[in-house]
Amino acid sequence: MSILNESHKEWIGKEEAPTTIEISRRDIQKYAAATEQQQTKYLLGDEAPPMFIFNLFSDISELHTMRPDGLARGTAPGPSLPLKRVMAGGTEIRQHKPISPGQTLTGTRKITDLYEKEGRTGPLIFTVRSLVVTDETGELVLEEIQTGIAR
Amino acid sequence: MKVSDLSIGQALPSREHTATNVSLFCYNAAVWNPHRIHYDEAYTTEVEKHPGIVIDGPLQGDWLSQVALNWVGDFGMLTEFSYANRQAAYLGEKLTSGGTITAIDTETGIIELELFILNEQNEVITPGNGVVALSS
Repeated sequence: MSILNESHKEWIGKEEAPTTIEISRRDIQKYAAATEQQQTKYLLGDEAPPMFIFNLFSDISELHTMRPDGLARGTAPGPSLPLKRVMAGGTEIRQHKPISPGQTLTGTRKITDLYEKEGRTGPLIFTVRSLVVTDETGELVLEEIQTGIAR
Repeated sequence: MKVSDLSIGQALPSREHTATNVSLFCYNAAVWNPHRIHYDEAYTTEVEKHPGIVIDGPLQGDWLSQVALNWVGDFGMLTEFSYANRQAAYLGEKLTSGGTITAIDTETGIIELELFILNEQNEVITPGNGVVALSS
C-alpha cells in the first residue's frame, strides 16, 4: 500500500519563489575551515568550494519553529511527509562559474520527484529537489539536484 | 598539468578524514543544520536508533569533491560531480576519500573521474563521479 497520496504528489513540479542571498567571505571561510579545505583560495574566502551551496538557499528557521529533532517545522517547501526521520541521499552539481564573496545570487528550488521504496528496515520516501542558481546578470552559476530520504 | 601526462586508471591522491564532535559542530553550524543526529548522542541512539552520531552525508560529499578539486588545483575546473550516500558513517570511523581517472578527451581536455569514500572495512559508502575541464 502506498504511503504517498495525491496531495503529496501534487508538490512535484511546483517551483518556489526565488531566494536572493549575498555571499559573504566570512561564511566561505567558516565553511572552508569546517570542511578541512586545503586550498588557500577557499580558506581565505576568495572563492567558495562547490559544496558551499548545500543548504545555502534554505530558510534560516527561528528556534521556536524547530521540531524536537532539531529540524524546522513546516518551513521547508514540500508536503508534510508521513515519515519524519530524514537523511541526505546524495547530490549532483553542475557548476558553470565560480562563486565569489560579494556576489548576490538567486536560487530557485523545485521538487522534481517524490517516490517511495521498501528499505531493509521499512518504507523510505525519496524527495528530489532541484536548485538553479543565477548571478546578478541572470547568468547561470550552478545547478544542483539533491535527494533527501525520509524513513 | 598536461593532458598528455594523464592515463586512464591513474589514481588521484587519497586522504583520510576522521570527524570529531568539534568538526561536526563547526560543519553543521556553517550550513545551518540543527538536526540532532549530528551532535546529540543520546537522542541519536535512543530516539532515531542510529548506532552513533551520524557524519553528515553532504560533508562526505564535500570530502569527495575535494579529491578532484585538490588534484586539479588551478589547472582547471570541476564542472560536474555527483555522489550518493549509500551507507551511513558514524563518529569515530576513519573514512578515506579517493578517486581514479576513467576517461580522457585529449581534444577538449575534459577528464572524467570516479570518486569514492571508503569506510574502515574498505567498503565504498559514498560513490561518486566528477568531470574536470582542464584550462587550455
